[in-house]
Amino acid sequence: MNLEKVIFAFFIVLALTLNFGFYVGEIDNPVHHSIYELYAALVVSLIATVLKLGDRTHLGAVLLATSLVADLQLIAATLVWVYADHIAVGGMTPHIMTAIVSLSGGAVLANLTSVVLLVAETIAIRR
Amino acid sequence: MHNVLFLLLRRLRTPLILLISVYAVTVLGFVLIPGVDDQGQPWAMGFFHAFYVVSYTATTIGFGELPYLFNDAQRLWLTFTIYASVVTWIYSIGAVLTAVQDPAFRTVRVENAFRRAVRRMHEPFYLVSGYGDTGTLLVKALAESGIQSVVIDADQDRINTLELEELPMVIPALRGDAAHPGTLLLAGLENAYCKGVIALTNSDAVNLKIAIAAELLRPRLATLCRADTQDIARNMQSFGTDHIINAFELFAGRLAMALHSPGMYLLFEWMTAAPHEPLREPIFPPVGRWVLCGYGRFGKAVQSRLAREGVVATIIEADPARTLPPEGSVVGRGTEADTLLQAGIKDAVGIVAGTDNDATNLSIIMAARELNPNLFKVARQNEHQNDPLFCAADLDLLMQRSNVIAHKIFALLTTPLLTEFLDLAKQQGNDWANQLVSRLGGLIGDEAPETWGLTINPAETPAIYAGLHAGQRVTIGDLWRDPRNREARLPGIALLLKRGVLEWVVPDESMTLLRGDQLLLAGRVEARSQLSWIERNHNSFAYLVTGQERPSGYVWEWLVNRKRPLSERK
Repeated sequence: MNLEKVIFAFFIVLALTLNFGFYVGEIDNPVHHSIYELYAALVVSLIATVLKLGDRTHLGAVLLATSLVADLQLIAATLVWVYADHIAVGGMTPHIMTAIVSLSGGAVLANLTSVVLLVAETIAIRR
Repeated sequence: MHNVLFLLLRRLRTPLILLISVYAVTVLGFVLIPGVDDQGQPWAMGFFHAFYVVSYTATTIGFGELPYLFNDAQRLWLTFTIYASVVTWIYSIGAVLTAVQDPAFRTVRVENAFRRAVRRMHEPFYLVSGYGDTGTLLVKALAESGIQSVVIDADQDRINTLELEELPMVIPALRGDAAHPGTLLLAGLENAYCKGVIALTNSDAVNLKIAIAAELLRPRLATLCRADTQDIARNMQSFGTDHIINAFELFAGRLAMALHSPGMYLLFEWMTAAPHEPLREPIFPPVGRWVLCGYGRFGKAVQSRLAREGVVATIIEADPARTLPPEGSVVGRGTEADTLLQAGIKDAVGIVAGTDNDATNLSIIMAARELNPNLFKVARQNEHQNDPLFCAADLDLLMQRSNVIAHKIFALLTTPLLTEFLDLAKQQGNDWANQLVSRLGGLIGDEAPETWGLTINPAETPAIYAGLHAGQRVTIGDLWRDPRNREARLPGIALLLKRGVLEWVVPDESMTLLRGDQLLLAGRVEARSQLSWIERNHNSFAYLVTGQERPSGYVWEWLVNRKRPLSERK
């Protein structure tokens, strides 16, 4: 057992699960989407990105790329939320909520790709 | 290729994760702790405000308690935040600085910068490995003639010296072992602009490896190697190294030449001098019995050349068991009067101080001078930094290994025709050389002559080529007309004319040029720059050959044409 692999897989899968948890629910209903879950998803995703830095294999490069995409989507979602809460005159509307959740939906796809790659690599190494 | 950014990021993984974690925990704390607003109503800080507070606290900017005054629970958490985040930041910044200054990281950075510099080269360059005395002289001479080089040396101090040297162009340099092919590849051995490899390290084995690597990786590349022993030289020759320079043999050969034909010696010295060197005075080594101190590689080379000239040399050698001098040699260093007297210094005509120690050589010369002031004094100088001492020693002839090699290579690289000319010149007599030297001496003043090659082709000499193509008759003498006044003459002469397989040494000035001719010219620097006008500027060329100013624009040409009678119009 390799501790590095455990931590690495832990963060990648956790990023996906948290992200998914935030994503599920009615897309325009703020009640279904917890801001704490989005926050946790963003933090875990950032840590997962840093863990991938410096891996010079091809797979490592692809994992870094998908992880960066997830970060970008989640940061965008957070910024939209900040805009709705503090800057926009009308506050949170169903329309803005939809934008936030769909952005996080994109992050789910990116994180899913990461997990698929991770599983593929794990299966390829038969030991 | 190592990616510098990735290397840096990998080293910074721990500090980055630590930063993210500390931020995450402290931000979350602020969001969860209930607060009150300015009206005393319960108020919870959002993520946005929490992130804002943590950001200005962690970076020690400290705007205060925003947007409302904090309660005690929040202040407690803020205290924790301050210590946790500030310490993490200091640790992270320290980690960045350590990573950047790490020797391994710096090596990668320097190598990458060197690789980029080599890849950006868009003009022909020579790969010089070994930046000792010889390399320094050669790179400088090349740079001053506008030729690029790339330098490798195993010693970082020498690379630093190169960076401090004031050269007219930037020379990429790397500390590295030239015996490793990887280093040569890094320095652009396979670069399309690499014109040749010059191996000048002070180890014959390394030079041999460079020659082999160059031969295998770029078979058609010019390779010039320094070899101090004949074994290695023969080895290099066996697989087709283009030029092998053995400074000892070269110098011994020149000394022998000075003995039998001083004029020829002077011609050779002048032709292979570096640009802007003062002109050498002629020397006349006497024929008689010589004393030769030191029977190493240099001593052996000199002794065999002297013997070929019929000059007898008495040898003084300190370690006869190792060097095996011939019968009748004197054992000793030659720095004491006893040994010198024993070798018959009183009735000798010349002395050669040829050991591999500069201090010994100087003291031999000084001791010998005391005993016999009329001696012809020849000394070998091993180290460049002793220049002032050897200069003050009032020698008749000085053998500086670095100079000998650097001059030879410089001449080979800049004027390939020169080698052919010097080979042909050797077949002429001393009288011929004397005449040529006095002719040259009258033209060039007190600086070493500039020698350069000229090929009549569209790329190098478009004006002359076009003129010849149009049926004009151009003689060699026409080249030397001054573009400012065609009756005046530029200070220079043609040394060699090569036309296919035919060669004329010092061709007559009335000879007509043909397209494709190759010329070797010598003269003053200003003659060369004026000549480049004639080669490239059609108007200057037409004026020189015909003596008439040609109209240089369509309008004027048309007007001139109109004035001519109908039959002459173009």
